[in-house]
Amino acid sequence: MYPENYRYTKEHEWVLADGDAGTIGITDHAQQELGDIVYVDLPKVGTHVESGKTFGSVESVKAVSDIYSPVSGEIVEINESLADAPEKLNTDPHGDAWLVKIKLTRPEEIQNLMSASDYQSYIGAEK
Amino acid sequence: MSDQGMNESRMVHGDKITKVTTHLSQNEALLFERSSPGKKAYQLPELDVPAVDAAEALGAENVRAEITDFPEVSEVEAIRHFTRLSTWNYAIDYGMYPLGSCTMKYNPRINEVVARTEGLAWAHPYQPESLSQGCLEVMEHLENALAEICGMDAVTLQPAAGAHGELTGILLIRALLEKRGNPRKKILIPDSAHGTNPATAAIAGYAVENIKSSETGGVDLAALEQLVTSDVAALMVTNPNTLGVFENNIVRVAEILHKKGAMLYMDGANMNALVGIARPGDFGVDVMHLNLHKTFSTPHGGGGPGAGPVAVKKVLEPFLPTPRLRRSGKKLTFDYKRKHSIGRVKSYYGNFGVLVRALAYILAHGGPGLKNATMDAVLNAVYIRKALEPYFDLPYKSPNMHEVVFSDDRQSKLGVRTGDIAKRLIDYGFHPYTVSFPMIVHGALMIEPTETEGRLEIDSFINAMIAIAGECETDPQMVKNAPYNTRTSRVDEVTAARKPVLRWKP
Amino acid sequence: MRYLPKSESERSAMLEACGVSSPEELFAHLPEAARLNRPLNLAPGISEYEIVEYFRDRAASTALGYTSFLGAGVYNHFRPVLVDTVVSRGEFLTSYTPYQAEIAQGTLTQIFEFQTMICQLTGMDVANASMYDGSTAVPEAAMMAVRATGKGRVLISKSVHPEYREVLATYAKYQGMPVAEFGYVAESGELDLEDLERQMDGLTGAVIIQTPNFFGIVEQVKAAAEIAHRHGALLVVVFTEAVSLGLVAPPVEADIVAGELQSFAISPSYGGPYAGIIAVKEKYIRQMPGRLVGQTTDSRGNRAFCLTLSTREQHIRREKATSNICTNQALVALMATVFMTVYGKQGLRELAEQNLAKAHYLAGKVKPRFSGKFFNEFVVKLEGKTPEEINKALLKKKIIGGLPLGRFYPELADSVLLCATEMTRRTEMDALAEVMA
Repeated sequence: MYPENYRYTKEHEWVLADGDAGTIGITDHAQQELGDIVYVDLPKVGTHVESGKTFGSVESVKAVSDIYSPVSGEIVEINESLADAPEKLNTDPHGDAWLVKIKLTRPEEIQNLMSASDYQSYIGAEK
Repeated sequence: MSDQGMNESRMVHGDKITKVTTHLSQNEALLFERSSPGKKAYQLPELDVPAVDAAEALGAENVRAEITDFPEVSEVEAIRHFTRLSTWNYAIDYGMYPLGSCTMKYNPRINEVVARTEGLAWAHPYQPESLSQGCLEVMEHLENALAEICGMDAVTLQPAAGAHGELTGILLIRALLEKRGNPRKKILIPDSAHGTNPATAAIAGYAVENIKSSETGGVDLAALEQLVTSDVAALMVTNPNTLGVFENNIVRVAEILHKKGAMLYMDGANMNALVGIARPGDFGVDVMHLNLHKTFSTPHGGGGPGAGPVAVKKVLEPFLPTPRLRRSGKKLTFDYKRKHSIGRVKSYYGNFGVLVRALAYILAHGGPGLKNATMDAVLNAVYIRKALEPYFDLPYKSPNMHEVVFSDDRQSKLGVRTGDIAKRLIDYGFHPYTVSFPMIVHGALMIEPTETEGRLEIDSFINAMIAIAGECETDPQMVKNAPYNTRTSRVDEVTAARKPVLRWKP
Repeated sequence: MRYLPKSESERSAMLEACGVSSPEELFAHLPEAARLNRPLNLAPGISEYEIVEYFRDRAASTALGYTSFLGAGVYNHFRPVLVDTVVSRGEFLTSYTPYQAEIAQGTLTQIFEFQTMICQLTGMDVANASMYDGSTAVPEAAMMAVRATGKGRVLISKSVHPEYREVLATYAKYQGMPVAEFGYVAESGELDLEDLERQMDGLTGAVIIQTPNFFGIVEQVKAAAEIAHRHGALLVVVFTEAVSLGLVAPPVEADIVAGELQSFAISPSYGGPYAGIIAVKEKYIRQMPGRLVGQTTDSRGNRAFCLTLSTREQHIRREKATSNICTNQALVALMATVFMTVYGKQGLRELAEQNLAKAHYLAGKVKPRFSGKFFNEFVVKLEGKTPEEINKALLKKKIIGGLPLGRFYPELADSVLLCATEMTRRTEMDALAEVMA
């Protein structure tokens, strides 16, 4: 369920990094908690984001959840397809429904994040 | 669909549903779909002055083309249209409307009649004060009555609604603190508060700091002591709080705030529990708003209009919005020259028509009657609590006042959530209670009966709730798909939000 | 008491079920210091008849029986009888905000129709379910423009309703939202576009104008939009006289329209309750304040309506909401909806034409001060007498004259604002002109 090569945050984001190229999304657990996702608010390409700071939000009918960046860097691409099909976040949060691509300024930040198994025990404990 | 429809309809006619029976209701298209060119529902008097060429008077470029797709229906079609639509609503006039925190009490019809008294309803806000004395007397009478009810020194009637009153109140605090040299930075708000409280604080330029509720659901004194610093402008508290529980430490809460130069703001949403019994001004509140559409019976009208007067202690009076009503001898007048005022929060003087209705309500009850109303409101809520406690989890056990908050803890273990129980309640002929609020109660069922429900209606509500608690055990799936009895079944709010269609198009 | 539906024996039985012997015992847990230990100092309750009498007595000392030429944001239009018939139905009057869509389709459908008609009238793409009134819609529109542009400064025309500007000032003061005003042309009463251009800067997020403006003059919306847009600001167009939209070109160049619907069958009622609107271009939907109704389907596939895009609102987003507004003015908006339905496409135009004709007849008798094109209001400069003197003379003839403008515009202390609507009779205008001449 949770890919081994991703790293995870306590706020339920994931990041897949290769050198300074990263992809960020929200976890399957996050989409389940939110329920039917109706809208995604993403930053503009070129925005600089800091790890642990919000850069956007995901909305269901009656809830808004901020997205916290797992790493610092510059947004180089956003997933435009989510504007018309936010429901993809409910069906494929770890794949097709990635949120943004980012150029990492401090790739070492990855080390501070959770592994797939740590994350799974974290969400197990949270319940 | 038809097979399933049959099954569904059999389900709703269980022997426990006694308050309602399904009946035919008229279908009705949208106005735009009913229109056809040339139909009319109006007739203007013949013009007694020469007609004017619009292009000449306004300039051809300033004259509009016809309003595309605007309705064209006859008078008969117009009245049928709105009458048919009306029958698709539930209303207090149909039965109990136990929305917690909303105080859905009976709306006396005399209020509607007097609000239409010609000299009042057709009074222009700029007509001379000498020809407005009757309007001003109504306002003065209401200001005085509300000040007495709240135990406060002065009242402004200008704010248009509760949230608007909140904003006014917080701006008053800000103005006072600013005059004292420092407006401060933060407003403290309990986690059980209405969402308008933090939204208001933000609009007034304050940061919001949440206070966790204590184990009994009230303000945690120890936490408060710690949080009240010289940065804190005020605490916004609802009393009784959103659990329907009176803040027993309220006097102490006020002392803690005042010692540090901070103010106590009270959200008056729940005043229906206090009128004639306890007065915020007496227990340390500096400023508060009232919701005339809750406590004072003015109709909610499907979401407005309301009115949100603000009552203050003397120290805040200089800051009240302009203009202020003043009496000089026999004459009432508006005072516009108030150098410390926060300014206007609304054009003119307030939602006067709503003020008339609220005063009519106060006159009808009178002092003793208002207290009796409060006692019946609390009696009804306590009675419901006693009757439903064996069936629903009650997370906070403190004595409740005008409302009671259960949780869906037992039912959610069977897969049924508070929202599902609410929808099933519709099949039993009741409007649901408030769902999922306050947020400190997971899966909240917030029930406020008000004083205008009789024993029969309350018993019938209790029986419906008990029956549904049973259904949650025997047939949870059935409850989850409710309602069945309504002309509209569960509405797809997800698609509405994903692909917003906010206006009709041909 | 007639609003309390319990008999004494029912009440006792319920008290007993609660385990108490008197209603006072239900309050025993309240701390002594918080309790009121005396009766409220309010008179005992009175009968329906006495209540009617009380308000009839108050109404006797008002302007009943006077002819009025006041407008200035509140207009004297006929209220079709269907309006009160519809809003008096308990299903509309005594229902709550339509959160429970299954049993609130009446209100929801009507609001959807309202939103549609407001779009048709204003030329905007989306309208909300209504605001408190026009005056509070203005700061809401300004805050919205500031959010959308990320620029904090607001420029507002002096010819916007003075009380609306005062309300904006109150909201702005504590938001760190600087507000500056630009002028009108002394000769025409129109926007001073040069002054606007001069005062524009890269920090301005909203330009606010009104049409017809406070002096009744139809403004050059397109020119104002061009200036605002060139500097990266949004144009907010305000209206106070909704009937003008039956005839005057809609402000399609605006980004946000904020207005007051009092003219649509809402009685003047000494200043409220009224209903405001905010309507916007599609791309600003998510920045909008207030309630929105959207179309969807129910689980049987039938068309249905519900409140939507609620995540903008205070009950979900709390301190991050687009506004603290909670209610709309549903019942008042319903009056407007019925009004628009009764008059319809042709009627609204005819009504507007009658207003235009009446005001221009009056302007033929008392000369307008400004040269700008006007709808149903205009400013008159008085010669020889003060506005107060003229109005005093008019009152003797049971006529309430125009609004003296000195209170809001010191430079116009010699002028009044006159309004004529379809309700104003030719004979009344002749009588007014005779005194004013």
